[in-house]
Amino acid sequence: MAEIKAMTKRRWFLLTILGIVIVVIPLFLGGYIQHLLILVMMWITMAIAWNLLGGYTGCVSFGHAVFFGLGAYGGGLLLLHWDISPWWGMIVGPVLAIIIGIPIGLICFRLRGPYFALALLALNEAFRIVFTNWVSVLGGASGIVISRTFGSEKLPYYYIALAIAALSVYVVYKLIHSKYGYYFISIREDQDAAEALGIPTTRYKMYALIPSAAFTGLAGAIYMNYMAYINPEVVFDLAGISIMMILTVMVGGAGTLWGPVLGGVIFVLLNEGTRVLVGPISYLIFMVIACLLIMFLPDGIIGDWAKIKQAFRRKKPALN
Amino acid sequence: MALLGQTFITGILIGGIYAIIAIGMTLIMGVMKIINLAHGALMMVGMYVCIVLFNSLGWHPYISMIPAMIILFGIGWLLQKYSIERVFGVETILPESQVLLTLALGLGITEIIRLIFTSNYQVTYTPFSAKCFYIGGMSISAPYLVGFIIALAFVAALHIFLTRTDLGRSVIATAQDRDAATYMGVDARRITNFTFALGTALAAAGGVILLPIFYTYPDVWHPYLAKAFIITILGGMGSTVGALSGGLLLGVAETFGATYWSPGYRDVVGLIIFLLVLLLLPGGLKALIKR
Repeated sequence: MAEIKAMTKRRWFLLTILGIVIVVIPLFLGGYIQHLLILVMMWITMAIAWNLLGGYTGCVSFGHAVFFGLGAYGGGLLLLHWDISPWWGMIVGPVLAIIIGIPIGLICFRLRGPYFALALLALNEAFRIVFTNWVSVLGGASGIVISRTFGSEKLPYYYIALAIAALSVYVVYKLIHSKYGYYFISIREDQDAAEALGIPTTRYKMYALIPSAAFTGLAGAIYMNYMAYINPEVVFDLAGISIMMILTVMVGGAGTLWGPVLGGVIFVLLNEGTRVLVGPISYLIFMVIACLLIMFLPDGIIGDWAKIKQAFRRKKPALN
Repeated sequence: MALLGQTFITGILIGGIYAIIAIGMTLIMGVMKIINLAHGALMMVGMYVCIVLFNSLGWHPYISMIPAMIILFGIGWLLQKYSIERVFGVETILPESQVLLTLALGLGITEIIRLIFTSNYQVTYTPFSAKCFYIGGMSISAPYLVGFIIALAFVAALHIFLTRTDLGRSVIATAQDRDAATYMGVDARRITNFTFALGTALAAAGGVILLPIFYTYPDVWHPYLAKAFIITILGGMGSTVGALSGGLLLGVAETFGATYWSPGYRDVVGLIIFLLVLLLLPGGLKALIKR
């Protein structure tokens, strides 16, 4: 008992240190690094959100860019039609994502496994095409431009993104350590068995989808406010958003709390690092790394941590 | 009336070409039970093989279709044997890890092609591309018609291969029940490799048929991949006849959508059909015929 208490104490201590570091350090960093940190926080939020539906509940979505795009367009449309500050998009965006997400869930949760994935992929494309073509209401392919509230100042955006990322980690942590979390995992492991035990699977999938859509929408809203420009090709991008969200989670470890966090950090740093180092072939290198990771560490770095440790342990005696 | 006929004929012709891309996918999905997202990228590689042969030797795409199919057969075999097979049947938290692997492979292949050939549009323009003839006020484009005939020939040959030869029957047996096929002495792993390679070669053939009609670039495959899925789901997994009928249906529906709704929403028509079939008719047309 005392040991467990000491461990939780140590964990809280580590978390506090980490918290202080990520709050204070950016004050002393340059604009480019701050920009990267904002992206890291955004991707952490998205990966955490995807992981709740995909990693814990087992509904692998190939179309989360729908929620990201709706979150971004929530604020954009307010500005376009009524000239309201896009910051209201931080509320309207996630709400819009939830409102659209509920019927999507009701329809698509009847499908399982790869069919669910394909249905969301199709929806992703459908949303992109509709947002590109419906010029009078949605702005069309030219997108929406806003003016940044804080100009070139990056710190405010960083703290907002950080707060959202922290909130998403907290919400998912709370959900996973409650009845809901166990229900989610039981649905992932065996949906029929879960149903036989009296879990209303569609309703619980919905309980996973709603926070997932909301946080993805929030990430979209912060993207909109930070980047100050959105268009359908960017925010509804299948390869650039939907797929990258999955790969981010896969790198860190699906179905773990800290996997998506680690994945978000690695994803942004790898993306920028390879771009700086090797230029145009960065995307290729990224894909090669993704292939190797899926082939050799299919549960991600955190999920396969025991495997990695074992591999290193096995090597050591050989050296001696 | 001419507009209606024109729309219908164009739809049928383009649908036949879609079908041959989709047949490769339906075979792979039938045997491996996974979604192969690298299919479109491999189709695009087949197109680029033809472009190289066209630019260096001046071969017409229809002639270089044969080397393209052979090369893609080899590439498909190697990819399956050394990469996808490794994660086939591995226990992971997410069962979709193979799907992601095929996707990462597809995107990686696209980048390799982009590095070699750049993102510029490439065409294999021959006088044949612009040829067309008229029947009762409707124009029929020659490359569409020839492509349609080649596609039909492939479908027929494939159907005979699958139902009449030993190897083809082994493919069908593996698709129906992998374990039972293994007990009957079918080497299911080899058959899986063969099916993946054959499907890839067929995708390449489909891509090459498109070459005289459209230009190509490394990202050309995205819509065709989506169409191949729609047709696979529409026709039912592992069914050549289903894929052909699904292809024709999709082609006609799309051209009608483009003519009577708006060209911009052309692809949305296919996606709506896709969602409706997934929800209302999960077995596809195959299940409908059986009932």
